[in-house]
Amino acid sequence: MSEVILSVRNLTANVDGQQILKGVNLEVKAGEIHAIMGRNGSGKSTFSKVLTGHPDYEVTGGEVIYKGENLLEKEPHERSLAGVFLAFQYPLEIPGVSNLEFLRVAYNARRKYQGLEEIDTFDFEDLIEEKLSVVSMNPSFLERSLNEGFSGGEKKRNEILQMALLEPTLGILDEIDSGLDIDALKIVSHGVNTIANSDNAFILITHYQRLLDYIQPHFVHVMYDGKIVKSGGKELALELETTGYDFLDEQQLVEVGV
Amino acid sequence: MNTSVKTLVNQPYKYGFITDIEADTIPRGLNEDIVRLISSKKNEPEFMLEFRLKAYRQWLKMVEPTWPHVSYPTIDYQNIIYYSAPKQNKEKIKSLDEVDPTLLEAFEKLGIPISEQKRLSNVAVDAIFDSVSIATTFKDKLAKDGVIFCSISEALHEHPELIKKYLGSVVPVADNFFAALNAAVFSDGSFVFIPKGVKCPMELSTYFRINNGDTGQFERTLIIAEEGASVSYLEGCTAPMYDSNQLHAAVVELVALDNADIKYSTVQNWYAGDENGKGGIYNFVTKRGLCKGVNSKISWTQVETGSAITWKYPSCVLIGDNSVGEFYSIALTNNKQQADTGTKMIHIGKNTKSTIISKGISAGNSKNSYRGLVKIGSKATGARNYSQCDSMLIGDNAEANTFPYIQVDNKTAVIEHEASTSKIGEDQLFYFAQRGISEENAISMLVGGFCKDVLNELPMEFAAEADKLLSLKLEGTVG
Repeated sequence: MSEVILSVRNLTANVDGQQILKGVNLEVKAGEIHAIMGRNGSGKSTFSKVLTGHPDYEVTGGEVIYKGENLLEKEPHERSLAGVFLAFQYPLEIPGVSNLEFLRVAYNARRKYQGLEEIDTFDFEDLIEEKLSVVSMNPSFLERSLNEGFSGGEKKRNEILQMALLEPTLGILDEIDSGLDIDALKIVSHGVNTIANSDNAFILITHYQRLLDYIQPHFVHVMYDGKIVKSGGKELALELETTGYDFLDEQQLVEVGV
Repeated sequence: MNTSVKTLVNQPYKYGFITDIEADTIPRGLNEDIVRLISSKKNEPEFMLEFRLKAYRQWLKMVEPTWPHVSYPTIDYQNIIYYSAPKQNKEKIKSLDEVDPTLLEAFEKLGIPISEQKRLSNVAVDAIFDSVSIATTFKDKLAKDGVIFCSISEALHEHPELIKKYLGSVVPVADNFFAALNAAVFSDGSFVFIPKGVKCPMELSTYFRINNGDTGQFERTLIIAEEGASVSYLEGCTAPMYDSNQLHAAVVELVALDNADIKYSTVQNWYAGDENGKGGIYNFVTKRGLCKGVNSKISWTQVETGSAITWKYPSCVLIGDNSVGEFYSIALTNNKQQADTGTKMIHIGKNTKSTIISKGISAGNSKNSYRGLVKIGSKATGARNYSQCDSMLIGDNAEANTFPYIQVDNKTAVIEHEASTSKIGEDQLFYFAQRGISEENAISMLVGGFCKDVLNELPMEFAAEADKLLSLKLEGTVG
């Protein structure tokens, strides 16, 4: 049996004093890809921010065990160093800091954490050139300020580039498909499929089943009002595509006792 | 804030030590006798005493400016010691071997090696301790090219004709309250003269150190670049930590003749006071450069990180046709620091050009204001100015202001002004953290990126140091 990478039990969390997560349960094993679907405001993005430790989110209950350790006790940068990666829905623009420098500092922070020697600028440039091909990115992007003036698709590809470089154990992709045209979607999906292997795991947060045509999930979960209310295989996504989320308001709610 | 961040916030100012050395100090207070006493202590020629007395009498009639966007308790000018010099065995020091080793040690501790073996290889240093110049390195080597680099006291004796001609020619004795005070009581400073056609073969630098607790520091720097000459000069400043405020009122005058080029860089790290605003230096400084000749160029670069209060506007008066003025500034304030700083670009000659790049960073509960004047005179046909003023806020309690003044009396002038305000907030830091980059490193990268345009203007030897200084000053400012 594969190793459990992430185990979330009864997780509750607030933003500005308002409860958004109302008891999330999820188990993710190595080699698995999970998709979390749901409407806007159901708590999907909040879940990703809580896992990665954004300071605006306050955990009020439950636990998150990542590779046998209490994830919630770690500082945000320690969670990253331990292998938890979040591809942002809205990657930030950072003027003045070059993409290359950002990538190198992040990569060396990881090396240092792993007890490895930091690598110099030249070796790093060789390494990153190789990773660029994963997302078909032009090397000229490296010289530009981080995400500054990037199009939506370029920003998302840059997120996947960072992921390819940092090789996370758990990758969380928050609406990586939003704002992408079909070509960019293919590139991004190809990137994720290249990185995914039997030792790591991914959580895809998305509204649309379209993404799942390109990245095949093992499990699909539906989030509603701060909880995962339905889980299934890939066919659940297709079902949602035809029925929409409306069914949740009626029969489903009675079933799960919301 | 986590504990490691807290420790960093409280990291002590590393230049705060006091050197225990016997000093020749005059009584507190200011009157004509004090002015005469300073002049006689320095054995000055009569014309210098006249210069001082004229300034003093003007100063009596002047009032302290109240327009800067800073506040501080009233300064008691009678409670300041206007002259303090470390006692030295001999009247005049012939070589570094004769300098009191305690003083050399003090400078070594500051990272300014002035002893023969440890000198920076391509930087000549004038080291000023309280009111006097202790030593100037590489004097002989520079003299071979005809470059004069010495303390202003020495220049008064060795080159009185140059002093007489240029001192007060850019900043007149009664220019402003603090400049007048300086003219009356200034004790030392650096003097640089680059003769016609000479490119100064090395970086020149002056290091200012205030040691005595009740002493004001009033130094005066004069740099002259003759026709076709060029020089790059850098000043650095530190002071011990005292609970009381100390006054530093300096005057810097630059003169560039035809085709001459002066680059003046400052890394200012006077003691800023503690996190509650107790103590620190009042840095009230007048700096002005005169582009007197055609095609001359004066460039100011400043990295202002210290002082409780900074009040300074390094300026260029562009008289010569086609002359160029530049101002590149990083002003960083933290805790309770206050800065009101910027520049004045006065275009008088034809086709004169000026560039202003100002980067203000405010953290903690500090106040940081850019104040700049661009003035295009009626005869300055074809004048151009480009100004860019960017502010960065760190945390929620800091204040940033921009006060640009533009006066145009010639219709052919082209003026561009850009301004921006950004904030280092939780979301940016979270993005860095999510890639494994700690908060301290993230801030340092963000600030370094923000300041890059200005840091690039610093002489290479000092750019890295300045970058490091900025990071150090900001560690733990977002909690």
